[in-house]
Amino acid sequence: MTPRQKRLWTLVAVLVGLGLTTAVALKGFESNLQYFYDPSEVHGGKAPTGKSIRVGGMVAKGSVVREPGNLQVQFVITDFAESVTVKYTGLLPDLFREGQGIIAHGQLQDGVFMADEVLAKHDEKYTPPEVAKSLKKRHEGMGGSANAPASATTMEGTPR
Amino acid sequence: MGTWTWFHKLSSPPHFYRIAGKMIPWFAIPAALLMAYGLYAGLVLAPADYQQGDAFRIIYVHAPAAWLSLMCYSVMAVAAAVGLVWRIKLAHALAAATAPIGASFAFLCLATGSIWGRPMWGTWWTWDARLTSQLILLFLYLGYMALRSAYDDLGKADRASAVLAVVGIVNVPIIHFSVTWWNSLHQGSTVLRKGGPAMPPSMLIPLIACFFGFTFLYAALACVRVRAEVLRRERNAHWLKDLTAPRLGAQ
Repeated sequence: MTPRQKRLWTLVAVLVGLGLTTAVALKGFESNLQYFYDPSEVHGGKAPTGKSIRVGGMVAKGSVVREPGNLQVQFVITDFAESVTVKYTGLLPDLFREGQGIIAHGQLQDGVFMADEVLAKHDEKYTPPEVAKSLKKRHEGMGGSANAPASATTMEGTPR
Repeated sequence: MGTWTWFHKLSSPPHFYRIAGKMIPWFAIPAALLMAYGLYAGLVLAPADYQQGDAFRIIYVHAPAAWLSLMCYSVMAVAAAVGLVWRIKLAHALAAATAPIGASFAFLCLATGSIWGRPMWGTWWTWDARLTSQLILLFLYLGYMALRSAYDDLGKADRASAVLAVVGIVNVPIIHFSVTWWNSLHQGSTVLRKGGPAMPPSMLIPLIACFFGFTFLYAALACVRVRAEVLRRERNAHWLKDLTAPRLGAQ
């Protein structure tokens, strides 16, 4: 083997080893690398209790209840299998609305998730307003839900 | 055999210096045209998003910057590997010339993402997998540049920094797939996705123009920077003295 070939194979071996090690490490840390738990995991007991976690899901239709006179808000997030009730006091991001994916940070107390931060998740779809409107109209005409426009709502990656 | 000799000829500094100089306008002109069209069509002509309003337009800078930060790193790592294995100094020169360009794009990507994240997500920054791995990419660039400047000996700087560049390549697929492997706050990719781009053509075409425009911009900048790198390395070489002698004599 010439020195050049030796260097080439050393490099290839290092890269393969490094790739495998990284894959194993990432697999090992998988649960730490997840940004949030979904409601099914919360109900399945996979989410730790007694410490701060993030829970992500879609804000259920008609579940948002605002306290008049202050910033307190209560809503239900769902992954279409299970759901979690969230209580939060503070300003909500622009994209927060019913049918939108959100991620709440806080603690689970007596089955209610007491959030100290609520972030809106945006999906990868982009739609001009006219298209969104006509999609919605067509969808409603077909007797579908008002959920229609481009379903900017699904928590992609939720069912794993 | 033909490609081999061409490749060999290219690895001679005077030849490479001349070729890189000739290529600049061929990259810079398409870059200017595509970016002018893409940015105007994206920032002004394209329709607003029905949810995000005009804020979505940051994608015309953010996504191409993100793509370039990954592409620059791949170029840098491959050049560094070629430099290590075949001991081609010009390959190290290309890697060294690429690093600051890639670092700039990585920074631009993080900054624009942060500006968009504040109104849309509700936070400037969060430690989700995509954001964290992209920040590590910026640190890899900065580490590469710092490591190079820590050596006085150019050969040592080339080899040590090349090892870092090659090892850091594992981060590139992690960044790309972070939004599919783990759940994250960052959305999945809009253009390269199953079922085709999730954007109408009126938004997509300017974005594609920006992708190509930014890529040509990198190529033009890389040519300029790699020429400067060659000048620095070959400052005592005869070919360079011959090249500059008539001009210096005329002064």
